[in-house]
Amino acid sequence: MASLKDLRARIASVKSTQKITKAMQMVAAAKLKRAQEAAESARPYAQRMAAVIGNLADSVGVGEGGPRLLAGTGNDQTHLVVVLTAERGLCGGFNGNVAKLARTKITTLQAEGKDVKLLTIGKKGNDALKREFGAIIVDHIDLRGEKELNGDVAGRIGRQITDMFDDGAFDICSFIYAEFKNVLSQKPVSQQLIPAVAPEDAPKVDLAGATYLYEPSETDILEALLPRYLNTQILSALLESSAGEQGARMTAMDNATRNAGEMIDSLNLTYNRARQAQITTELTEIISGAEAL
Amino acid sequence: MSDKLHFSLVSPERELFAGEVDQVDAPGSEGQFGVLPGHAPFMATLKPGVVEVFEGEDRKRLFVRSGFADVTPQGLTILAEEAIDLEGFDASSSKDALEEAKEELRAANDDQAKARLTETISYLEALVAAAA
Repeated sequence: MASLKDLRARIASVKSTQKITKAMQMVAAAKLKRAQEAAESARPYAQRMAAVIGNLADSVGVGEGGPRLLAGTGNDQTHLVVVLTAERGLCGGFNGNVAKLARTKITTLQAEGKDVKLLTIGKKGNDALKREFGAIIVDHIDLRGEKELNGDVAGRIGRQITDMFDDGAFDICSFIYAEFKNVLSQKPVSQQLIPAVAPEDAPKVDLAGATYLYEPSETDILEALLPRYLNTQILSALLESSAGEQGARMTAMDNATRNAGEMIDSLNLTYNRARQAQITTELTEIISGAEAL
Repeated sequence: MSDKLHFSLVSPERELFAGEVDQVDAPGSEGQFGVLPGHAPFMATLKPGVVEVFEGEDRKRLFVRSGFADVTPQGLTILAEEAIDLEGFDASSSKDALEEAKEELRAANDDQAKARLTETISYLEALVAAAA
């Protein structure tokens, strides 16, 4: 049986843990709000871009001679898997779920006899995957230094991916990240970046019988737009993922705070019982001592 | 047909402008063009320059760093990589950035970096000129 002193120390330690988790929860809540706003304000651009790409891809066609980012290399031997996770832990199953999906995806591809290369963004995903797939990790992008996730960051990542593609380093690129559904749930998804997939559900533009005029030509526009489309997709993934991370952390820390509270209650009960038991014992000792005289 | 043009200007980070206007002039990569209500469907890439929005007596000037314009019967949408409202914009920091970029270009020796810096310089030059 733990002594009273031990119990007191435990209660104090759980209390200070609770203070930390509570503070982390509040910080996450504040950051979540900002991240959610950023994700929402990026949406109009992404949606319009998707609609335009959808329309253009329809009219240009994906056949031979189309832009390589859309038509692909005509091969599907080498896959690049980009895994986006958070830089920090303590956010429940958030990073674990993304890593799990990545693991499943990689092993499936490898079982099919494909060559897989791995690019990790975010420290936690790299930590989780490097033991198993260390040999196929081609690069790791660190986001810790970025104050703000904006078009520049997405552009840098996009450029790195397209450079690799132009060098013939891979045929197909898929992007794995956690999609922000709501505060309570983030779903890991895998999205194909290269060759670009025109969104199926993009709203079609009704031209009322007229045809589009292009300046410069359709193909030129499409070629200029595809890298931007790629960057847009990366940016929205970054923003969604950061909102998801904060949401997950908020939930996890809320649970931790509640658990700590329950633990304090039960420790207090044990402490009080032990204290009473001790008093009773002491009293009995004094009384029996007095009777013996 | 409505006699107003629905115009929206969006950048990756946010929507900068949305509303009904009379006319929009935009810097196309093959030349400046104006869009009036009821324009035929039209799609063009843009170069760095000023987008001018006319609404009644009001004129609004916005600077875009490349992007592209999409005219549909529903209106005009400009997707800009970066857009700055020129009203109340202070060009001095851009001037500094321009000098810096020129300096870097002199020092740069690989082709990719050079191409990127040249693009940045042309953008900054256009911005400084527009703000003047």
